[in-house]
Amino acid sequence: MTTARLPRPVRIALVVVPVGFLAVFFAYPVLAIVGRGLVPQWSVDLDPLGDVVTDAALRHIAWFTIWQATLSTVLTLAVGLPGAYVLARCDFPGRRVVRALVTVPFVLPTVVVGSAFVALLGDGGPLGWLGLDQTLGAILVAHVFFNYAVVVRTVGSLWSHLDPRPEEAARMLGASRLRTFREVTLPALRPAIAAAGAVVFLFTFTSFGVILILGGPGTATLETEIYRQTAQLLNLPLAAALTVVQLVAIVLLLVLTSWIEGRQRVSLSLRAAGETARQPRTAGARLFVALNLALMALLVGVPLGVLVTRSFDTPSGFGLDFYRALGEVHAGSTLFVEPVHAIANSLEFAAAATLIAVVVGGCAAFTLASAHRRGLDALVSLPLGVSAVTVGFGFLISLDHPPFDLRGSWWLVPIAQALVAVPFVVRVMTPVLRAIDPRLRDAAATLGASPGRVWREVDLPIVARAALVAAGFAFAISLGEFGATVFIVRPDRPTLPVLVFRLLGQPGPSNFGGAMAASVILMAITALAILGIERFRAGTLGTF
Amino acid sequence: MLAVAGLTVTYGGTTAVDGIDLDVGDGEIVCILGPSGSGKSTLLRAVAGLEPDARGGVSWDGDDLARVPPHRRGFGLMFQDHALFPHRDVQGNVAFGLRMQRLPGVEIEARTGDALALVGLAGFERRRISELSGGEQQRVALARALAAAPRLLMLDEPLGALDRALRERLVTELRALFVHLGLTTLFVTHDHDEAFALADRLVVMHDGRIEQVGTPAEVWQRPANAFVARFLGWNVTHAFSGADAAVRPEAVRVVDHSGVSGTVIARTFRRDHFLLAVRLDGDDDDSEVVHAEVSLDADRVPDVGERLALDVRPGDLLHFD
Repeated sequence: MTTARLPRPVRIALVVVPVGFLAVFFAYPVLAIVGRGLVPQWSVDLDPLGDVVTDAALRHIAWFTIWQATLSTVLTLAVGLPGAYVLARCDFPGRRVVRALVTVPFVLPTVVVGSAFVALLGDGGPLGWLGLDQTLGAILVAHVFFNYAVVVRTVGSLWSHLDPRPEEAARMLGASRLRTFREVTLPALRPAIAAAGAVVFLFTFTSFGVILILGGPGTATLETEIYRQTAQLLNLPLAAALTVVQLVAIVLLLVLTSWIEGRQRVSLSLRAAGETARQPRTAGARLFVALNLALMALLVGVPLGVLVTRSFDTPSGFGLDFYRALGEVHAGSTLFVEPVHAIANSLEFAAAATLIAVVVGGCAAFTLASAHRRGLDALVSLPLGVSAVTVGFGFLISLDHPPFDLRGSWWLVPIAQALVAVPFVVRVMTPVLRAIDPRLRDAAATLGASPGRVWREVDLPIVARAALVAAGFAFAISLGEFGATVFIVRPDRPTLPVLVFRLLGQPGPSNFGGAMAASVILMAITALAILGIERFRAGTLGTF
Repeated sequence: MLAVAGLTVTYGGTTAVDGIDLDVGDGEIVCILGPSGSGKSTLLRAVAGLEPDARGGVSWDGDDLARVPPHRRGFGLMFQDHALFPHRDVQGNVAFGLRMQRLPGVEIEARTGDALALVGLAGFERRRISELSGGEQQRVALARALAAAPRLLMLDEPLGALDRALRERLVTELRALFVHLGLTTLFVTHDHDEAFALADRLVVMHDGRIEQVGTPAEVWQRPANAFVARFLGWNVTHAFSGADAAVRPEAVRVVDHSGVSGTVIARTFRRDHFLLAVRLDGDDDDSEVVHAEVSLDADRVPDVGERLALDVRPGDLLHFD
């Protein structure tokens, strides 16, 4: 309903802008990869693809990618479901604060997550003696840390709205607590569990920064291998073939997910969240809540606490040395500029990316809110599933020659970051725009407002707020974006995540400390952006 | 036999149920009647064992149920708005309690069929819940509660969501069914007609306390106090006798002179009579309003704004102790 009253040229622009942007900067690079992978030198050549299928080492990488994603998903669900229950159904002091805190890891840049776990599990870390560094174990723990909030939020929000009376009805009909959970609660939660599982699997399947930083020789995935083949071995055909394999896998995964979700549609009766939570009364219930809260504190608090501590823990005692050193170029360093410039680079790139993402995503959101267009909906979601590495690699091989020669252009990085942020902008804005009650507009019209006035008085205040929230998200995402940026950023203009990655790759305590300090700065800026969102979000959003 | 003694439920600072004592004999149909917010649903849930904060005694045939969880009490509860399982079909809902009792499949099938036939839904086994109308969902909820053969059946506003015509028909059917099955029944409603038609015994509740217990006829003829009288539609006023007394609207007569004078402020058509709301003359704005019935074949029906005089026969006044 939103765009129906707008002039026709405006409505066309609202479709053309996002479709055009995604066609040039997403579809074209992806097609270029497929072209490189399957038809190099203008003739179909399946050798690189054949290599992927037949080469034992590459086959192992593909299997490991699936294996670690499966393990990560199962572990995250196992740890996250009790947490979802506690935060959805148990009433205790500080519940809202805890719920906000467990979301923190999810919004952190992957590079920060990686360095936090290096700080915790690596040489000299408090848990270094476990020997988990550079193993599957470290990756799994970091993936649980990162995706815990996905399960707690997705499953928890359904759980907190779930009508408790069918559960009570089951109890009245003779079902025990456990039986009630299995027969009534679990089937009702299944769509949310499936959705959360699918998202976690997709995220961990395409996990890049975490694995690149925490993994070792035996833990290469498709993503990290694409990067290695490109950046270190310069074997572009093989990298392209790997990307094609990954694309096929992701498309299959998305199809499978939507098929499962379609099968599970059950109409549930829902209630206001406040009505379903209860204070834990028995000793057992209290213990269960306490154990879960302790687990959350450990999972979220320890890695980040260790990260911050180690950024101050210099060889000459606690101090700001590592932070100060970010302003200098070390002899023998492979960095071309003072690390401190990375902060300015990051902020500039992220600001530009936010602008692009809000304009492109906003146009898409307006169109999607006024009419259900499945094609556009799928198109804007695709960059999310297709992985940042694909975007970065695609830019690298397609935008360096006509018709789109952006080689060396400053805009390349913000455009790539915007591409990654657009799906989030659309996800944040569309429901808000869709939720504008058409009766509000009718009411304004019957009270004498002209169509333009209606838009200004009713739509605009809601739209502006949604756009601000979306901008905050886009900024945080762009700031932490690593997978695409690392492919295309110029060596003399590193962003903070790229700086952290480079510092971690170099020996010596001063580089390590610099990485810690840069991670803490990145974390702090991200936190500020997210806090800004929460301020705008507070109260009014969703209550119209 | 159900025995409730000193039952109290407190939420935060408010007391929803305040020291209720109540017995329900075997085969008896007891109705808890009260306005919304009077604590009647909470009382039902506390008897079911669904209110962990409840204090006081609930026992069955002398056995204390305080430490018995809801699923071991052997009570059935039909929820307001049904609380059917949306992910199961009709058969899956009705058979649920029987499966919990680990009955053999053949028996489950037979008893599910019987229960559905009893509520007039034979052949609905494979229907999805979302395909059913409100009345059908109500019947499935009833069949689900009945199929498990509870020793006490509780119903929370059993006919709440239905339209008037369907409700009037179901009231008769339900009473016949409960009597036929010899069920011990405790139900809750805010609707007088439903309560009077279904119950052997009425319990009128207000603010978490019991105001009056009695047969429908006793309660209707002699409300125990001003609250019950007002709740049942009586006038409670001191205008006619100088002391607070209750009088039914149909016993208030419009007279030419003498009596108590006032002004008509509303006139409502009520099928077989008009109901007048008359503001009695008084010093202040919130002077009393008395309702009076005027039959359709009266010479003339006073209009809004008209002044008139009202009177009652002393024998129609009910004084409270």
